[in-house]
Amino acid sequence: MPEPSPAVPAQESTEPLMGPAPPPETKERYFLRFTLAQRYLHGVLFATFLGLAATGLPLRFSGTVWAIRFAKAVGGFGAILFFHKFCALILTLAFLIHLREIIARGLFKGEKGIFWGPTSMVANWKDVRDLFAHFRWFLGLGPKPEFERYAYWEKFDYWAVFWGMVVIGFSGYAMWFAPFFARFLPGWALNAALVIHSEEGLLAILFIFSIHFVNTHLRPDSFPMDMVIFTGRESEEEFRQRRPKEYFRMLSEGRSAMRITDAPPLWLINFSRVVGFTAILIGLALLVLTLSAYVAG
Amino acid sequence: MRALFFPGCTLLIAGLLLAGTARVAHADTDCLSCHGDAGMQDASGRSIAVNSGRFHSSIHGSLKCTDCHTSIHGYPHPDHPAPVQCSSCHADEAAGVGGSVHAKASSNPCIGCHGDPHTIVARTDPNSTVYPLNIPKACGSCHGNEAMAKKYGLPNVYALYLDSIHGFALGKEGLLVAANCTSCHGSHKILSHKDPQSPTYRANIPGTCGSCHVGINEQYQKGIHGKAVAAGNPHAPVCTDCHTAHAIAEPTSADFRMQSTPICGSCHRDKFTTYRDTFHSQLGLLGGYTETARCWDCHEAHDVLPASDPRSSVAKANLVRTCGRCHAGANASFVQYQPHANARNRKLNPALYYIRLFMNLLLTSVLTFFLLHTVLWLVRSRFQQVKGKSAGGKHA
Repeated sequence: MPEPSPAVPAQESTEPLMGPAPPPETKERYFLRFTLAQRYLHGVLFATFLGLAATGLPLRFSGTVWAIRFAKAVGGFGAILFFHKFCALILTLAFLIHLREIIARGLFKGEKGIFWGPTSMVANWKDVRDLFAHFRWFLGLGPKPEFERYAYWEKFDYWAVFWGMVVIGFSGYAMWFAPFFARFLPGWALNAALVIHSEEGLLAILFIFSIHFVNTHLRPDSFPMDMVIFTGRESEEEFRQRRPKEYFRMLSEGRSAMRITDAPPLWLINFSRVVGFTAILIGLALLVLTLSAYVAG
Repeated sequence: MRALFFPGCTLLIAGLLLAGTARVAHADTDCLSCHGDAGMQDASGRSIAVNSGRFHSSIHGSLKCTDCHTSIHGYPHPDHPAPVQCSSCHADEAAGVGGSVHAKASSNPCIGCHGDPHTIVARTDPNSTVYPLNIPKACGSCHGNEAMAKKYGLPNVYALYLDSIHGFALGKEGLLVAANCTSCHGSHKILSHKDPQSPTYRANIPGTCGSCHVGINEQYQKGIHGKAVAAGNPHAPVCTDCHTAHAIAEPTSADFRMQSTPICGSCHRDKFTTYRDTFHSQLGLLGGYTETARCWDCHEAHDVLPASDPRSSVAKANLVRTCGRCHAGANASFVQYQPHANARNRKLNPALYYIRLFMNLLLTSVLTFFLLHTVLWLVRSRFQQVKGKSAGGKHA
């Protein structure tokens, strides 16, 4: 192990303070990371994604015992397809609402930081530098990079979902309304639609249920779950630890007061735990089924 | 006179004459004076009683006992008279049975199906054991017997037949025209399906089924399978290959739709593999959704023709109509969809091949990169955490 760089000891001294929940006596400040609308969006996203995965996998691996049993249990493929399309419509709606918000905020209200800058989801050079720096830190070759509002892997998650929804959505609708789409597309595109739909769907399932789960929820710093997407709030300590660039930028801009909020109420924490763990467990179960189907051939 | 007279018999004859029901006095009345006793048994305990009433109303009722029991000439008669030879009257039938698979079945194969010769009625009589509605039961008394089926290496066909569309039509609906065992196998001269003379010999099956299913057989004979069979191709499918012989299911039933695609696939392997890749198959395999296209929905069931034949349902000019049966609004572009596309074959489907390759590369590269990223991160975070804890412990 190479000598740790000077920044690391500073990190170490603060790490033990990052307990799961601070004692209620300390008057710790909380910051709002996600608005209620954003939390709802994530809620709709993961609920419909779980629904789509649970109904899509039996189709992709329709020869497996569990797929046939599942189909029998829910009333045949008719029910599976109905639920799949139902979830798809809800997710499409959520996607369009999100798109509308982005366009409204970015183009019409001229809000800065939507398309470019430290608070944007758009990748920039700092993300590339952070990626390399993060790898160096993994190997003990450098200090931990200081992240802005959205770290590079979070941006990747976002764009992977964004691209995934466009690709899976388009290919899905092409199959759903095949005779209609065949007016514009050649017939072989319908063959391609199934290949693309199922491969991209598998990528999404494998990525979300393994990489996203571990990166965001199950890694030691967040274990067993990062509640911020459910409560929307994080303590000042967590905020400074995880996204120091954003924290100090906000302080220097004097905008920190704008996002100060109260501590998440107990009911919200409990509710988030139940919902979050349910989602993670369903996701992991689907991951096991997917991998088992791959192994079985 | 061959028979002996007893005083009791005289009274009986007198009674019959007085009642006015009598015909010419038979010698069998003499036999029945003993054998008419319902409890009469031979030395081994086997019943040798004859029910006079049933005998006289049977198809043999006009015969004398000694017409069949030819070895008996008087009383007392030997304990073990010579076996009755049905063949002395039923020569053709007996010859048929003699050359059949039942020739060695038992000492008297006639009785096995027709029952007690003293009570046999015409086969048009619903009480006959060989009345069409009763035939499966008669055959099933042996062919529904697990032990017997095992002994002769036969499938236990009776139960299969009963659940089949033929068995249902016959047994449940009482349709006399529904196929019973003899409709396909014949009755007396039943031959092994390996015998070229047998109606169940492979090449003869279309004709056998076609004796009832005339229209279907006409279609089949026009199709590529029928032509191949007629040309002597032993591998081409006949009716029973798809429909099975005994467990024949209603062709529109879910069971049949689920079971028969792999049957086509057992010969058309490459087509089956590529079909399995499609949405049609994925839906179909799950069960409960039988509407998705199976082989014959596009290719026809009986008059299967190659796509090169302009009359074929899958000929290019007919595709819009064929696909349109399910896909309302199917157009010329829609029918370019390839129901047997092979994304693994670069030469046949280059576009699909490269799309699949790209998707696979994307999938593996993204997952590989992030797997590495995540594992390193996990290890580093855990290391940091443990180190931090031990450091914190020292300070505390």
